[in-house]
Amino acid sequence: MNETPILEAINISKRFGSVQALDTVSLKLRPGSFHALLGENGAGKSTLVKCIMGYYQPDSGSLLVQNREQVIKSPEQATRMGIGMVYQHFTLIPNMTVAENFVLSRPRLPLAINWKKEIAELEQRLATMPFQVDLRKNVNHLSAGEKQKVEIVKQLLLDTRILFLDEPTSVLTPNEADEVLGEIHAMTRRQELSVLIITHKFREVMQFADEATILRKGRYVGACQVSDTNPQQLAEQMVGAAVTVAVAERNEQTSPQVTLAINNLQVLDDMGLPAMKGGSLQVRAGEIVGIAGVSGNGQKECVEALAGQRNIDAGEVHINGRPFAPTRTDMHRNGFFCLPEEPLRNAGVPNLSIADNLALRAFDRPPFARLGFLLNRRRMKAHAREKINEYKVRTSGPEQKLGELSGGNVQRVILARELDQAVNVLVVSNPCFGLDFKAVAEIRGRIVQARNQGAAVLLFSEDLDEILELADRILVISAGRFVYETTPQQADLQTIGQHMAGH
Amino acid sequence: METEFGVWSVVIAVLGGAIRVGTPFIFVSLGECLTEKSGRINLGLEGNLVMGAMVAYATSYYSGSAWLGVLAAGASGLVLGLIHALLCQSPKVNDIALGIALMLFGTGLAFFLGKPFIQPQAPRLPSLELGAWSDSPVIAAALNINALFFVGVAAVFLVHWLLQHARFGLRLRVVGESANAALALGIQVNRVRLMATMAGGFLASVGGSYLSLYYPGSWSEGLSSGQGLMAVVLVIFARWNPVHCLYASLLFGGAAALGPALQSVGVTSGYYLFNAAPYVLTLAIMIYTSSARRKLAGMPAEFTQ
Repeated sequence: MNETPILEAINISKRFGSVQALDTVSLKLRPGSFHALLGENGAGKSTLVKCIMGYYQPDSGSLLVQNREQVIKSPEQATRMGIGMVYQHFTLIPNMTVAENFVLSRPRLPLAINWKKEIAELEQRLATMPFQVDLRKNVNHLSAGEKQKVEIVKQLLLDTRILFLDEPTSVLTPNEADEVLGEIHAMTRRQELSVLIITHKFREVMQFADEATILRKGRYVGACQVSDTNPQQLAEQMVGAAVTVAVAERNEQTSPQVTLAINNLQVLDDMGLPAMKGGSLQVRAGEIVGIAGVSGNGQKECVEALAGQRNIDAGEVHINGRPFAPTRTDMHRNGFFCLPEEPLRNAGVPNLSIADNLALRAFDRPPFARLGFLLNRRRMKAHAREKINEYKVRTSGPEQKLGELSGGNVQRVILARELDQAVNVLVVSNPCFGLDFKAVAEIRGRIVQARNQGAAVLLFSEDLDEILELADRILVISAGRFVYETTPQQADLQTIGQHMAGH
Repeated sequence: METEFGVWSVVIAVLGGAIRVGTPFIFVSLGECLTEKSGRINLGLEGNLVMGAMVAYATSYYSGSAWLGVLAAGASGLVLGLIHALLCQSPKVNDIALGIALMLFGTGLAFFLGKPFIQPQAPRLPSLELGAWSDSPVIAAALNINALFFVGVAAVFLVHWLLQHARFGLRLRVVGESANAALALGIQVNRVRLMATMAGGFLASVGGSYLSLYYPGSWSEGLSSGQGLMAVVLVIFARWNPVHCLYASLLFGGAAALGPALQSVGVTSGYYLFNAAPYVLTLAIMIYTSSARRKLAGMPAEFTQ
């Protein structure tokens, strides 16, 4: 373990305005190691990596690359030194082919490009790589897993020796994640690559990482060998206190009553092609039905159709046996609530205050409205203060704009709004995407609580672990149809994965 | 016998008209296409068109060379494009509002500076008499094609090649698809957009020179009939593909030539109605191509940002 680190950051500090994002943080990356960088949201993981990559200039501290002090002023300079990064969100250019994306990422482009020659050369280099990608395919037509492979291949084509991965598996199925990380892991074993991965998934840390560095609130907490630790210890170091990751208590479901029934639902996507091709399901009162599937198989369109954001092409939705149309009146009458993915975009108004956003479901009814049109702002603000306390939203007050909050806090605000009244039906989509596990536990607890109180919950999630933890019944969605049903008790990951992939 | 010839002469006149009337459309729509491919819309191209027509006519009048007029028009377009691009770079400037302002600015300035050139005769652009072999005056007239048309066709294929195979074209598409990705690749987004907008302005103004130097062929304030604005529709219709811009321009040119062609064979009723054909076509295309349910295929992703 006394090898010279291939990369060493020493006492890096970085301040943004009044926020000390990094405070004398150090990190050592051994050659050929698979190193996890852990910490809660806002702990400074991304900032640290971006300081190394040259996106930001650290205020103080130094950087050693292969034991030589370096100042990296730009990402291009990092690329030339063999340091590359794969981001949480894809940086591929949509509407262009994979080959065009690869060629564009090169630091030097010829004035005119000979595509035949370029593609032949790329194919030659791809043959030596563990990942296979179709060069002529348009990026828009790739699945999330394929996109992530393209991102990684892009880095490998640039002769990257030190690879940073920022939550690379957040949009992948477990199988895809294992495949991608497995290949990268194998490359580190062959000493072809040294990897620093930012992730929230302990499963991945335990399975692939050799070492871990933990940050908390911009400070270095510690580093350890993964083989000497366990998720519980890591979590405690991240949070700075003992963590009880209690799975939410659930009561026995007894109600045989079907609350939400979807019959043969057909919905078109943005291109006018069928996204949901006739899905039918039933959710009983006090039951969570989890919909597992790879993103892009109709989940988004299905949620949007139920939430009233997209036309229903054919099929019916019934709530308590009566036809349901996603209008404001029907939603109110049926106690229908929804927490869509990316709530800031899909369920909130970023430029309105927290108080206004919290009142969006009920502002036109008493007690928020008098005579149906006079708004009682004082009441709205008082209500917001109550909810901020109850849901522990970190904010300067009810007047702060929703768009200024962090992702977890936006999620809390929207959930507070949707669970405020008597919930009969709750549709949830990827509720914990990108949140740290403290927020995750809290939000999952709220969803189970709604179930315990008798709500019919339809949970769409790309995170299979989340579905296994929360659902009473699991349906697998593939190519716009529900193709497989099981329960968490009988669930077999292999079988579910096969149905997700459409086999 | 006579009616049969009448039908054919209308068809031939429309085809000839497609080229004669469509040529300015080729330049303006190509310019708009290039600008929009970089992720920005320039609604000011109508101003470029009128300004180009005025500058071309004035330059041709003073210098005696119509081609010098075309170049001068292009230069005026570069300047208007530069103004658009520079102002757009400032934060919180909306490219649509700015485009409308520049359209009014361009036409207003052209009217103001162009007053002295309404009467005099300036040298016109040459045309190639490809129909000299034919005895039929209809065919001869239809095949009397202006040299600028061929320049336009060449420009279309040049731009098409540029977007597919040249470093600049590739970068321009990246900027149009994702400014963020472009920044991550170290591409200077504003500079690429500046160049695209200037090149687009150049092309649009060259299109304007055709109006005053060939068809209709003199400078007047009623010269343009909104070609610069309709080019925006053409680009949507062409799905941001330069070669399709060429076809769409010819289609619009043909529609515009329908009225005069019918008149020439004696169908005078509904003359003004037929003159409205390009505008009806514009509306029809807008309705046909838009859908509440579908996104437009081929639209640069930054375009809606």
